[in-house]
Amino acid sequence: MPEAPAETAVAITVNGKAIAARPGELVIDAAERNGVYIPRFCYHHRMEPVGMCRMCLVEVDTGRGMALQPSCMLTVAPDMVVETESPVAKKAQDGILEFLLINHPLDCPVCDKGGECPLQDHTVAFGPGESRFVEEKRHYEKPISISENVYLDRERCILCDRCTRFAKDVAGDTLIHFQDRGNGTQINTFPDHPFASYFSGNTVQICPVGALTAKPYRFKARPWDLDVVESTCTDCAVGCRIVIDGSRNEVLRYAGVDSDPVNWSWLCDKGRFGFEKVGADARLSAPLVKETNGDLVETRWADALTQAARAIKAGLDKNGPGGTAIIGGAHLTNESAYAWAKLAKGVIGTDNVDAQLGDGLPAAMVAGMARATIDEACVAGGTLLVIGSDPKDELAVLFLRIRDAVTLHKTTVVELSPRATSLSEIAAHSLRSVPGAVHELVNQIIAGEGDLAPVRAALANDHLTVLLGRGSMAESAEATVAAAAALLAAFPNVKFLSGLRRANVHGALDLGLTPGFLPGRVTLDDGRAWFTEAWDTVPAEPGLDAAGILAAAADGRIDTLILLGADPLADFPDRELATRGLKGARTVIAVETLLNSSSAFAHIVLPAAGAAEVDGTTTNIEGRVSTVRQKVTPPGTARPDWMIAAELAFRLGADLNITDAASAWAEIERLSAAHAGMTAEALGNEPDGLIVGRTEPDVERPAMVSFSAPAFEAPAVDAYSLRLVTTRRLYDQGTLVSHSPSLAGLAVSGSLLANPTDLDRLGVAPSGNVKVSSPRGAITAAVEPDATVPPGTVVLAWNQGDPSPNALIDAAAPVTEVRLETTS
Amino acid sequence: MAVTDAPKITSSRFDLADGHTIERYVATGGYQGLKAALAKSPSGVVDEVKSASLLGRGGAGFPAGVKWGFCPPGVFPRYLVVNGDESEPGTYKDRLLMEKDPHQLIEGVLIGCYAVGCSQAFLYVRGEMALAQERIAQALNDAYAAGHIGKNIYGTEFSVDIVLHWGAGAYIVGEETALIESLEGNRGMPRLKPPFFPAAKGLYLQPTIVNNVETLANLPWIMSNGAAAFAALGAENSKGTRIFAVSGHVKNPGVYEVEFGVTTFRDLLYAPVYGGGIRHDRELKAFIPGGASAPWLYPEHLDVPLEAATVGKLGTMLGSGAVVVFDEQTDMVKACHRLVRFFARESCGKCTPCREGTSWLEKILERIIDGLGRPEDLDLLLDICDNISVGMNWPPRQTTICPLGQSATSPIASAVMRFRDEFEAYLGGPAEITVQVKGPAFVGPYVHEEATADA
Amino acid sequence: MARLDDTNLATAKEIISRYPRIKSATIPLLHLAQEQDGYVATDAMEHIAELTNTTPAQVLGTCSFYEMFKREPVGKYLVNICTNISCQIMGGEELLHHAEESLGIKGGSTTADGLFTIEDVECIAACTEAPCLQINYRYFHKISNDQFDEVIADLRSGGRTDEIPPHGTLARIRQHIPADRAAGNADPAGIPEPIWLSAPATAPPEGEKA
Repeated sequence: MPEAPAETAVAITVNGKAIAARPGELVIDAAERNGVYIPRFCYHHRMEPVGMCRMCLVEVDTGRGMALQPSCMLTVAPDMVVETESPVAKKAQDGILEFLLINHPLDCPVCDKGGECPLQDHTVAFGPGESRFVEEKRHYEKPISISENVYLDRERCILCDRCTRFAKDVAGDTLIHFQDRGNGTQINTFPDHPFASYFSGNTVQICPVGALTAKPYRFKARPWDLDVVESTCTDCAVGCRIVIDGSRNEVLRYAGVDSDPVNWSWLCDKGRFGFEKVGADARLSAPLVKETNGDLVETRWADALTQAARAIKAGLDKNGPGGTAIIGGAHLTNESAYAWAKLAKGVIGTDNVDAQLGDGLPAAMVAGMARATIDEACVAGGTLLVIGSDPKDELAVLFLRIRDAVTLHKTTVVELSPRATSLSEIAAHSLRSVPGAVHELVNQIIAGEGDLAPVRAALANDHLTVLLGRGSMAESAEATVAAAAALLAAFPNVKFLSGLRRANVHGALDLGLTPGFLPGRVTLDDGRAWFTEAWDTVPAEPGLDAAGILAAAADGRIDTLILLGADPLADFPDRELATRGLKGARTVIAVETLLNSSSAFAHIVLPAAGAAEVDGTTTNIEGRVSTVRQKVTPPGTARPDWMIAAELAFRLGADLNITDAASAWAEIERLSAAHAGMTAEALGNEPDGLIVGRTEPDVERPAMVSFSAPAFEAPAVDAYSLRLVTTRRLYDQGTLVSHSPSLAGLAVSGSLLANPTDLDRLGVAPSGNVKVSSPRGAITAAVEPDATVPPGTVVLAWNQGDPSPNALIDAAAPVTEVRLETTS
Repeated sequence: MAVTDAPKITSSRFDLADGHTIERYVATGGYQGLKAALAKSPSGVVDEVKSASLLGRGGAGFPAGVKWGFCPPGVFPRYLVVNGDESEPGTYKDRLLMEKDPHQLIEGVLIGCYAVGCSQAFLYVRGEMALAQERIAQALNDAYAAGHIGKNIYGTEFSVDIVLHWGAGAYIVGEETALIESLEGNRGMPRLKPPFFPAAKGLYLQPTIVNNVETLANLPWIMSNGAAAFAALGAENSKGTRIFAVSGHVKNPGVYEVEFGVTTFRDLLYAPVYGGGIRHDRELKAFIPGGASAPWLYPEHLDVPLEAATVGKLGTMLGSGAVVVFDEQTDMVKACHRLVRFFARESCGKCTPCREGTSWLEKILERIIDGLGRPEDLDLLLDICDNISVGMNWPPRQTTICPLGQSATSPIASAVMRFRDEFEAYLGGPAEITVQVKGPAFVGPYVHEEATADA
Repeated sequence: MARLDDTNLATAKEIISRYPRIKSATIPLLHLAQEQDGYVATDAMEHIAELTNTTPAQVLGTCSFYEMFKREPVGKYLVNICTNISCQIMGGEELLHHAEESLGIKGGSTTADGLFTIEDVECIAACTEAPCLQINYRYFHKISNDQFDEVIADLRSGGRTDEIPPHGTLARIRQHIPADRAAGNADPAGIPEPIWLSAPATAPPEGEKA
């Protein structure tokens, strides 16, 4: 970190040494920045200090003589004199260490924290050789389970308030709390109310002793046996920095890294405990081909690749490049995404490529809008308008950042959504939009009349950011696009933070895995000359998106459909169309880490390396590129996606010129307008990553797209129907969660939520099952009255297994109208 | 001897059977102090209280008028919180003030709110005091009905609500920041000062004045009779009168309002109108001058006046006006243990030294009393005290947020240093002590110069 | 076992209305729950969490800090005998032992008939009246063993109910702020400087307002 400029520095003296502290800085931080580490247990620089462990007591003179003060609660002041190792300070610190130890059990040899335990470290360094405490220590049942993934050992607990502060102040899940008093104080949950927080694992990471331990890591390893690489979590698109701890080619845990612009050391439990999928038994370890009897059987790579190349070539010969289509790619690294884009657009020549599954936002908008960083979205005093996204369930750690901004930095949140979300409670304005017509509400706010005047006033902020996501699958993205366009027109300084959630979807879009675009956020037309020179060829016409590809496949116009880590049956909003598309494609090639529901349609399955098995980079919601690192070898013969692309290209008679992730990245940096200047060296110098599109590209590169939106008219509300809204939960029935044993139990199947007045009006019984029908299909679901659901709408959770709302949705319809009938 | 005929300022209605009723209160001059205050400007009232030099009666003894002046200008709302959580062992005065003269307290609250500009007051009564709660509830209801509290009091712009609130059993809540936490619905765990000085960041982090019951009960008299009349009573730094509870081994244990700063401990313990001497005419062994937290005094300190600064210089404090008297037959090891047990039971658990240290001290003392003590335990006791309150001097250098942990060291230092032979009797032999104890009251016989001169 | 009943819910809402921040009502509402059931039931804590917009864990955190709140049923009469310093040296511990023998239970436990619970408590502010005790927080000063037995006998035979309500009931008089007299809560989010501070009160009229 840079030194404070001299004119604003606060001059203090620590242990006789003059120090330039920053204004407002705490003594404990100022000392540490200058090489004086003051021991501490309760202090954590991402949380408000409480000064209760007293370990950081130092002697301080602010002009009235030396006094013992906790350095974690003391802000520097001019001419302050601090002694951290004076006899009085040492006496106090030694006394506190002894007090902390008297009731602390001597079970370090069987404690997961042993070897990385601050209490143990301080004791070894400064503690007494033997205990003067001859009385009986405190006893509690040990350990108790406080959540699905966390154990609490109250005997080890030193009552530092870190976990409880995290739960209350950071996560907003005040489910663990101090109980009882004095020497009997303990941390615990309310009876039968477990610590069911999406963020519970962070308490394990910040516990300064072994009181909180993670079940998935329990007794798995000793810290000194672990080796570590720093990487980025790719379970969603926030891009939290992590360290991957492993031993003997096995990933054992993830821990959050304190990346200042991104995750502040926090992780969600899905990210933290999702590492289990890396070594899941079900991982694909060899290529599979479908036999005539329909079974997928293992084969050699050479055979599988040859068959795949033959299928692609046959399609090319028969129907031209457009006969090959790719759906997926959002789980790939940037390097692999680029390799596949180059294969598709520069070798095969098809533009029928879409990393999104009809569940995202148009690439033209995501690539073309002025993008905000998380810091910019959370700026003190700014306004964050949230449309179509429930960050807690979709981008969990972003929710923590937003919550911090609102609770501590007076950021105003305005939320427009078809139903209440996790932000509603902290939003200054939480407004309900009619499904499929959020742009109408935006236009009313911009007009700012009556009750909406204060909302408009909140948006008229120099620092206005719009978090734009795709909340409900039951409506098309058109209303959201129209809303964004209206906001841009009304507030020209507005910036957008993408709310798209899938892993590296932003990298995939940036690198051309989307119809109409080439790598670097450039359109086919703008980039044609540049990439024709680089690649020899580019597609002639903009191709089809996922819906278009599936429709074309259903009509028999797709010869080869490649699923690049994609599961259209589960993720595409319209299951009926997805099914017909998968059936209609002549050859389906699936490049996967794990089999999924769509794999049944695959003729060839190619096993890919996954997270923690590849080197490369990933791009988050901000456009921030950060590194991902290989920790373990992929199972069996599974290989990185870029390598599969290169092998296929070779069999199609081309050379991608990609021999490893580094060579791919060098080519990206060389060719992409948006990635210019982001050399491997520059990335290596900045562990927090670099933002795409923020450096001015040199003149000869093609121009990046800018955003414009077509006009959109929402369909009129049909008074006889209810509009369907789908919501996401952090834990769903997705492949990732299902193959992580510690998370699999957390997914719960959802009921159909409906406003009680609607149920009454329609004569539907408020309990039991209802038949939900749309023009597309029908399902049976348990109904649950919920007064927070706006009248005229019903809510079903997405991807929570059956009944699944995608049986009801028509991808071509702007909204999904449903009717309810009580089933007998 | 200085048993003076100073008027009763706060306890004048203690002997009336109906002193708690609004009728009797008004008939005996009630609510005239408020009216006198409203005739002045708020700053005029503050000045009046400042010139009366009214010291806080809760324990810390800080001048009330000065405390009021610490509210940062321009920050509103301000709150007034009444500390009626009397629980310091030996202390018995606020309960009487609340049970026997609730309107006097209410009137004091109103005067304080008017002076400071508090828009709402909370009267925090100790949970265990059911009768006080009833009396105050009735008094508040009557005072609202009679127009003394609420909106536009007596037709003026002065408006304030007083809300009765009571605790639920936690000594620590008597500490002002813990009281605020409790009033916010939380565990009564103290906040660190700074930054959480209540006058700047108190209830709901707004400027808050926390005043003790007895402090506020003085205000009606001061407003009615003038600061000069109040300041004419008492000594240089201790004006007016003060209520002391004299308990333990005296012939007449009781609650006595005496002239502050002038009356001596000897008066309080021996004068026929007060304690009346040690029971059974035994010898005095020691006495606690200001509640369980205060280091002890001994017979040689009897002629020390009840004056805050003088007692402070001795290395102890007048605290909450609780004098507990031990006669010659008292088992000082058991007395010490009982006091330490109290602090161990009442530690809130927030700061490590107090949470762990007080119960460790208690366990060692318990072991000594059970006959399982070791010679090194006395040194250990004192060294643990030294770790809770580094240097063991006075005023203490505490390692904790609030003084509770350090308070537990007072009885140990006082008893071990003075009555080491009694501990050794329990231990069955001599014990060496190497820990240095620096505070004057901790080092046995001590004759204060001024006290000698007075005698 | 119970949430607050309708009558107590109405009282709870009145109590809540007196605080600028509703969480401040937590302790009063816990008392109300204890008055209703004789102890603070788990359901009651969940109900209070709903009423104060907190979590049950927070309510339990507060509840468990304070000794007066019992989370298990106790006797109809809670006998709190002070053994702190002033009482200790005046016979408080002997009184406690007498009570334990007389009722046949140890401190901290309840008689089989559910009538009495004895507690060894800290100072209850009656130091000059030692030894002292409270029964359901009603004081008995300078109480002898015989007097103790007499009170217990009275309570056993159903007497003294006017003097001593069942455990949980503290003040039997509640504060009510009449709506037409209320000055209103001072919202910590910001209210202007009180009028009387900047523009001093006009001289009060003689005598009281009618």
